[in-house]
Amino acid sequence: MGKFTEKLGSIDRRIIFTVIALSVIIPLAVRLELPIPISPGPSTDMFDAVEALPAGSVVLLSFDYDPSTMPELQPMAVALTQHLMRKDIKIVSMALWPMGVSLGNEALISVSDSLGREEYVDWVNLGYKTGGGVLIVRMGSNIKSVFPEDYNGNSVDDMPIMQHISKLGDFDMIISLSAGDPGVPAWVMMAGDRYNIPIGGGCTAVSAPQFYPYLGTGQLIGLLGGLKGAADYETMVRIDQVDPPPGTAIPGMAAQSVAHLVIMLFIILGNISYLAGKKKKGGVK
Amino acid sequence: MNWTIIGIWLGALLSLSLYSFLYKDNPIYKFAEHLFVGMSAGYWVIYTIKNVLIPNWWENLLPAEGGMQPIWLIPGILGIFMVLRIVPKLASLSRMSLSLIVGTGAGLTMTAMFQTNALAQVNGTIITLGQGGGWFNWVSNIIMVTGVVCGLVYFFFSKAHTGAVGRAANVGITILMVAFGASFGYTVMARISLLIGQTQFLLFKWLPTMGIHL
Repeated sequence: MGKFTEKLGSIDRRIIFTVIALSVIIPLAVRLELPIPISPGPSTDMFDAVEALPAGSVVLLSFDYDPSTMPELQPMAVALTQHLMRKDIKIVSMALWPMGVSLGNEALISVSDSLGREEYVDWVNLGYKTGGGVLIVRMGSNIKSVFPEDYNGNSVDDMPIMQHISKLGDFDMIISLSAGDPGVPAWVMMAGDRYNIPIGGGCTAVSAPQFYPYLGTGQLIGLLGGLKGAADYETMVRIDQVDPPPGTAIPGMAAQSVAHLVIMLFIILGNISYLAGKKKKGGVK
Repeated sequence: MNWTIIGIWLGALLSLSLYSFLYKDNPIYKFAEHLFVGMSAGYWVIYTIKNVLIPNWWENLLPAEGGMQPIWLIPGILGIFMVLRIVPKLASLSRMSLSLIVGTGAGLTMTAMFQTNALAQVNGTIITLGQGGGWFNWVSNIIMVTGVVCGLVYFFFSKAHTGAVGRAANVGITILMVAFGASFGYTVMARISLLIGQTQFLLFKWLPTMGIHL
């Protein structure tokens, strides 16, 4: 037994990698489904805030991420777009990260096509501009001077969706899907606190703890944190829907749960081995 | 030629090449790594020229309606100063551009940063203690305020951490450890999410190109 516990501490890292890989591959391959209980929290706050918006409202959706964080943030983008478009809320989108433009477009076009929405009437993608916080401040006074054209080079003056939008204060809500800086903090600081506009956020799991203080103070109306936040939102959007479109976050969470169990098991085994080794040396009585 | 299929195969093979590092360092991994770094740098250069330099500077310097706007030479010169960092004798000129960036950034964000990340947070910590919302909220608020105060005590080094101060500091460090633990848990979730995303790509986009449908 003593030797076994000692050996546990020196398992080849490649065995650990293989077990973790299998714990992700198998649940995805067999399409394992685990329940995703929705309890009150930042995800439901976000959903309720969008749900409370009347039809015809205009939301600014900022895609502040790139492909490296796509597995976490793209499902949020799709679920949020579905929710907004289904409620007949107009979406003006933009990106503080260059590659957010094409990722945002991917979500907007697929959802818009499936729901029969029209570009420039129900949604528009203004594209990317550099500047982060400075850009947001400029948008606070005049959006059309910052984005005279959309990502396709079409003048925003000719777009029906932009007829009543001239500054940030004209939006009913701003939602930033953020993988870092610039992202949620810039929107909270430069738009939310300055112009008193409700800000919602979606972020990678790594940055979620950093944004929780904004929830407590009401600076953020809701927050989707990582794949769990995306799966929560996907689940809530699918409620009451007949034959809802498939998402990637819900199946991902089953693999996530199995992988977490395996990691916890390895942590326990590592600690057993460590304590056994220490006891043998007389460190622990 | 189906470019989508080629793209999927390239993505899959490069992903597998990068994951091969988990077994051990090897030339295939090195190739994929260098390709990624090189392509990223090349992509960024072109993207910046096309989406930042041309619309924000060049088209202002030489507008389509004709004529030149000499004022726009100033940002151009400041930009060149930045590049001069690679010339040791002229590297000091880049400080002028940097000072302008730092000064503008500080001026724009100093007040907002203090308001958002300090005043609003202090305000949120103080007022919640007395707010209603049931016993759960009441206990949560007590824990939060105690945690904040004890956490601050831990970082107060002008008094020895003994007696009551030491006990408060111990509570503070415990709260900090809980916060770091939560943060670490979220980090694990993020890393596994990336693995899940790439596995979904391999299973549901790459394998079907070979006629394997899971």
